Amino acid sequence: MKIQRPNLPDVYAYTGGRTPQPGLPWLVAVHGALNDHCVWTYPARWFAHHGWNVLALDLPGHGRSPGPVLPDIEACAAWLRQLLADQGIAAASVVGHSMGSLIGLEAAAQAAGDGAGPRIDHLVMVGTAVPMPVSDALLATAAREPLKAIDMVVAFAHARLAGEPGNPGPGTWHNTASRQLSRRILERAAGVAGCEHNLFHHDFSLCNRYARGLEAADAVAAAGHTRSHLVLARRDRMTLPKAAVEVGRRLGADTQLLDAPGHDLMQEDPEGLLAALRQALGHALR
Amino acid sequence: MPGPADPGFDTLALHAGAAPDPTTGARAVPLHLSTSFVFQSAEHAASLFNLERAGHVYSRLSNPTTAVLEQRIAALDAGLGALATASGQAALHLAISTLAGSGHHIVASTALYGGSHNLLHYTLPRFGIHTTFVRPGDIDGWRAAIRPETRLLFGESIGNPGLDVLDIPTVAQLGRDHGLPLLVDATLATPWLQRPTDLGAALVMHSATKFLCGHGTVIGGLLVDGGNFDWQAAHEQHGRCPELCEPYDGFHGLVFAEENTVAAFALRARREGLRDFGACLSPHSAWLILQGLETLPLRMARHVENTSKVVDFLSKQPQVGRIAYPELDSHPDHALAQRLLPKGCGAVFSFDLKGGREQGRAFIEALELFSHLANVGDARSLVIHPASTTHFRMDDAALAQAGIGPGTIRLSIGLEDAADLIEDLKRALKVAEKAGGKTGANAAGGRA
Repeated sequence: MKIQRPNLPDVYAYTGGRTPQPGLPWLVAVHGALNDHCVWTYPARWFAHHGWNVLALDLPGHGRSPGPVLPDIEACAAWLRQLLADQGIAAASVVGHSMGSLIGLEAAAQAAGDGAGPRIDHLVMVGTAVPMPVSDALLATAAREPLKAIDMVVAFAHARLAGEPGNPGPGTWHNTASRQLSRRILERAAGVAGCEHNLFHHDFSLCNRYARGLEAADAVAAAGHTRSHLVLARRDRMTLPKAAVEVGRRLGADTQLLDAPGHDLMQEDPEGLLAALRQALGHALR
Repeated sequence: MPGPADPGFDTLALHAGAAPDPTTGARAVPLHLSTSFVFQSAEHAASLFNLERAGHVYSRLSNPTTAVLEQRIAALDAGLGALATASGQAALHLAISTLAGSGHHIVASTALYGGSHNLLHYTLPRFGIHTTFVRPGDIDGWRAAIRPETRLLFGESIGNPGLDVLDIPTVAQLGRDHGLPLLVDATLATPWLQRPTDLGAALVMHSATKFLCGHGTVIGGLLVDGGNFDWQAAHEQHGRCPELCEPYDGFHGLVFAEENTVAAFALRARREGLRDFGACLSPHSAWLILQGLETLPLRMARHVENTSKVVDFLSKQPQVGRIAYPELDSHPDHALAQRLLPKGCGAVFSFDLKGGREQGRAFIEALELFSHLANVGDARSLVIHPASTTHFRMDDAALAQAGIGPGTIRLSIGLEDAADLIEDLKRALKVAEKAGGKTGANAAGGRA
């Protein structure tokens, strides 16, 4: 659905096939670099049909949401909190993948810091690392040859030649599905305001520059308002599980480690991810 | 900078979509001959039906064995996914029925398999879908044929039987300029020779019966979604593709292009096309086609190598007229083939035998290694007379448009020793020459 706000760009949010209803808990899903809402289709539909209101967002400049893009993770988090506030959402659980996990972490920290605005009850960081450095070589390739950089990331992000039947269903070859999604998001963002080179380089730069992740984790833990969870992939070569140990420790997060998938664990192991999300958010089910 | 890449073609041909069976340890792909799959609970059942979870429900929609085949051909064709169908014709029908309905229109190449021509020219008009045929190389003709109600462009990568080479990049770009996907029938090329999605085609179909299976054992089709066509942009800019971009009453108002930004076609083709038309592939056939796919790179290399030798032999025979093989300088699409098919032009080609129908009949009946039957892409070499078999419903004008003459012979070169094939052809040509003498014809006289 399209979320329209006065004097602000529209935002697209996939609602999992159900219109949000009053009185249900909110689950907000935030995608990673050069992705959009459709990486969350399966869990979004599941939660939307099991007692939740779901907003799987397209971040500004991504997919169906117009730009301009936002300059850093902190701004993305502030944008997210403002969006929730504008929708009258007092509390939400936030699940984010990769770059989206940093946005969720920062949003929880901002909520902890100012004590105002929407509360984040659950933070689920999927395929995460804090900090999330991106190599100079990959950043440079993303700037100059984004299609080549996409190919590199596709190869890094997939651990299996025989993935489970993720979205859109059995018979999906995840490498190309992921490659084409990134290419589409890149194409649609051509010329979008706020990018120095292109959206891929921009997103990677946001991940690379976000330096206060561990500090944010401390703030979230100190406030005690948010239950934190990590869902990691043992074969993740983009965000190595060991790179999330410290943030998990500081957050006091429970951690679930999926054996089979790589970084694209929504596609490579949708059942494993759903089970992990259900476990993380289960107690909040109504 | 150097970086990681997808596995190579030969590796994908063996491994894509398959892993050792977690229950039994079976290394080969297990054959799941089961119509249905047990739900873990009522809630699980509802979730599967409602696209909330991944899994198999009923083998008309999906099956674990068939899904391996689908993943594998998608990997080989650089597509995001594929759908296995009961035949190549079913794959073509699934593509069309996913995108078009009554009142819609298709622009198609004249150089098509006879069965495809039948479907487009005779059968689909009964359902309100009409086709304009254009010569594959006539780009202005493609452009001029596009109408507001056009939904699809369709051609064969290597046209049957004249081996017209489709200029996929140009036709695909023309389509994109008008918000139209290009569907390519890549049966004769296979992904080993050419991947149409890399050249801009949105969709690819195969008669898997042919080289993909490779052993002449089962009928099957495959339809690949390249994931490279922006259905939403085509809808917003050209008013096309409402089937994928507007709410679908058959699934609670679901919008396919919102469910998946790049896989809307594959999603609807499975959730509507396989569900409602039901032309699914048997898991047993899928398993057999998988056996063929595992050796596709090895077989295609040999097919092409043998074909080059046979073409070279035939080109030196006085009884042989035109040889329609794009690797020859004389073929009108030679330059295009060199650019788009650098690994070769496949193993199916046609040639004109000088003389009349009697010589043609004698030639075919004298062949011993070559089998006279209606198929191509077998491990064994095959021969047929298109004008009286595969294309017999076409009138003379349509035959001529498709590059078929009354003396045209089509060969599908197999994996035998090339020397034996050439010997067989040599013997048959002598018999044909004698047959021409008996009927008073001058076999070398150019009567075609």
